[in-house]
Amino acid sequence: MNHDPAPLTRRRRRGRDGLWPLVFLAPLMIGVVAFYFWPILATVLNSFASFDPFGGRSFAGLENYRTLLGDSFIPRAVLNTAVYTAIVLLGIPIALVVASLLTQKGLRFSRFYQVLFFLPAVSMPVAVALVWRMIFNQEFGVVNWALSVIGIQGPYWVTAPWWSLLAVSVVGLWSSLPLAVIILSAGLQGVPPELYEAAQLDGAGALKQFRSVTVPLLTPSIFFLMIITAINGFQLFDLLFAMMGQANPAMADTQSLVYLFYSEAFRQNDQGYASVIALLILLIIGAFTLLQFQAQKRWVHYD
Amino acid sequence: MTDKRTTRPRYGTHAALLIGGAVMVFPFAWQLIMSLSTHAEVTSVPPTWWPESLQWQNYPAVFEQIPFFNQFLTTAAVTVARVVGQLLLCAMAGYAFARMEFRGKGILFALVLSILMVPYQIYLIPQYEIIQELGWLNTVAGIAAPGIFSAFGTFLMRQHFLGMPRSLEEAARLDGANPWQTFWRIMFPLSGPSLSAVAILTALASWNDLMWPLIVATYDDRTTLAVGLSTMQGQFTTDYPVMMAASFMAMLPLMILFIVLQRRVVEGLAHSGMKG
Repeated sequence: MNHDPAPLTRRRRRGRDGLWPLVFLAPLMIGVVAFYFWPILATVLNSFASFDPFGGRSFAGLENYRTLLGDSFIPRAVLNTAVYTAIVLLGIPIALVVASLLTQKGLRFSRFYQVLFFLPAVSMPVAVALVWRMIFNQEFGVVNWALSVIGIQGPYWVTAPWWSLLAVSVVGLWSSLPLAVIILSAGLQGVPPELYEAAQLDGAGALKQFRSVTVPLLTPSIFFLMIITAINGFQLFDLLFAMMGQANPAMADTQSLVYLFYSEAFRQNDQGYASVIALLILLIIGAFTLLQFQAQKRWVHYD
Repeated sequence: MTDKRTTRPRYGTHAALLIGGAVMVFPFAWQLIMSLSTHAEVTSVPPTWWPESLQWQNYPAVFEQIPFFNQFLTTAAVTVARVVGQLLLCAMAGYAFARMEFRGKGILFALVLSILMVPYQIYLIPQYEIIQELGWLNTVAGIAAPGIFSAFGTFLMRQHFLGMPRSLEEAARLDGANPWQTFWRIMFPLSGPSLSAVAILTALASWNDLMWPLIVATYDDRTTLAVGLSTMQGQFTTDYPVMMAASFMAMLPLMILFIVLQRRVVEGLAHSGMKG
């Protein structure tokens, strides 16, 4: 080909492909419009509606928004979600250490270690939550047994408000670690080995190399990981639901925003109010992501 | 990291990875042990680290206590429907976005991608209303439907087709193949790695999903394993060893998939990072 095909395609754009784009896109777009585009609009409309128990809806103005401002469960749910997200974010430094150990050149058994570290990424959150519920059991759980060995009486991990949030957060950290290790490992493999050699010539030890070569070069991966970990953290539901159970008396003080959304929409059947909560979740995640994109300019190195 | 260290065994590294790895797999090992213990052993203080005799009957007991078999079939059917549906629809749409010219392409693609930036809760209530209107509550179709249409899968497939050489298609076109034949006979079969990434991510999401099936499939014998397990612990006669056996069996298929296809799964998960 000795001519540039671009102008040619552009000139004939409607002629050559004809109706084919429609054939290729219609199956996806029908579903996307029905299940995604329309629901965004419907949720905004629903947020101004009041639902009666028989499924009818009527215009309610800003009623649901007013309810949101007066609802004392909301600030607590925001706080719980934020605490959970913050604890899960602590997994990133741990993942950084694991990733740098796993990606050492010529490390033996690395595939075996990968299996150990990555298994939580493929396991059903509900199923592991049931196991962790046993591990954190107040009477016979392994955690409280270990604490009793060193003379500490363990708390009610599954039924006391702050302790249960801590337990759920630890499980969240454990289950989000594999993805963090995978993403950071991919980043580490892109670090040119010459940089380490140069640092060695300058007399930098292993720790110094880690701090002044590895970490700065990984800041784009770390930043990216912080964004997705935070977004996933704000979506806390499965672990909380399965570890604590809906009948748990501590749930009112431990619930996340998404749990509150679920219980308003599908247990209280107040779908108008639940729509407002959904919009609040969108607002919080959007604001937090924007904030991180602003802050990254100060610490992320792209080059 | 240093040259000297690569030549001799790194005991420190291995010790750290073994201890860390042990912490990561402990829940799975403990789950397996509890699933083979008696109720008394599971609730004993101090913990019974190994049962006196292995209680294999806890596994068949799962099928008596919950409709595990039905839930397993439902979960498998939903997962297959979503994987097959996404592979086909995302590849077709991705191909159109990558290779065809039509008015409004850029805007349409941006709109599809914008789906990824909106949290799932925004979609849930209207999606539920649609499934209810269709009379699909408590059916495989209802559980599978919204998840068949994926913006992320479309994005991945578009990236993939953008990276393929145009020469193959030119040759096909000269041979008189229409766009569908070019796509279906040439481009789709050459997309193995990307299709497997989409398939793995979809299978994981679908098999493990809780919220959507919890909403649209409330009957015990017509819902998925995740929902079945989550309601199992609510019953006040919870039989812990049987519950552990059920949750272990529910996770097993994906664990086997992971161990067999380790490299592919890790690559697929690395893609899922791009979802943010």
